[in-house]
Amino acid sequence: MKLLYFAWVRERVGKPQEDVELPAGVATVGDLMAWLARRGDEYAHAFENPKIIRAAIDRAHVRPDTAIAGAREIAFFPPMTGG
Amino acid sequence: MGATVRLQREPFDAAAETAALTRGRTDIGAVVAFTGICRGAEDGAPIAALTLEHYPGMAEAEIARHVEEAQSRWALLGVTVIHRYGRIAPGEPIVLVLTASSHRHEAFAAAEFLMDFLKTRAPFWKQVEAAGATSWVEAKQSDDSAAERWSGAAARRRRDAAE
Repeated sequence: MKLLYFAWVRERVGKPQEDVELPAGVATVGDLMAWLARRGDEYAHAFENPKIIRAAIDRAHVRPDTAIAGAREIAFFPPMTGG
Repeated sequence: MGATVRLQREPFDAAAETAALTRGRTDIGAVVAFTGICRGAEDGAPIAALTLEHYPGMAEAEIARHVEEAQSRWALLGVTVIHRYGRIAPGEPIVLVLTASSHRHEAFAAAEFLMDFLKTRAPFWKQVEAAGATSWVEAKQSDDSAAERWSGAAARRRRDAAE
């Protein structure tokens, strides 16, 4: 599965994107954030406050309880500040 | 009705975009143009520049979704949204929203709706460059509140008032 990171999430993780093999039991966006937070200090820092991190599956906003089955691309980023 | 949605690094010309939107049209009676501009100071402290990061692909798709929603809510005769990314100096434009309609109410309402959603839903992030350091702009609760007023009863009243 392709993961993308933007803004300070990207800076903290230290890379803009990566491909990961997910273990069984990672079913939702929230599960994925919890799993990522255990992958190392940089991930723990990026995902230390998952409540404020936003996510998108295949380029559409999703909530933490959204299932990730069938997703091609999942992105994590801070609240948006465009406009 | 078609719409123009464009992301670009370079500045845009709001007057030229308005002329392009209305050229040859006699059905349009109102065009509202909103231009967001990079301020030279934040909270009283001068800034050197803003750098806008975006999510290519999703940014265009998310803006297009909200343009479609605006078109379903109001009788629009034309929409243009241009959003820049990359480094933007104080005084330069960041975003342009043009909405055209027969009468002004629809155009005003749709432009405000689109800007409220660009602020809170379009995947762009602003980084401030000031005093040799960079920092990410924090999202404002007031922007979320502005977007939320378009859902529910308040939005229906506003929509009815515009009709």
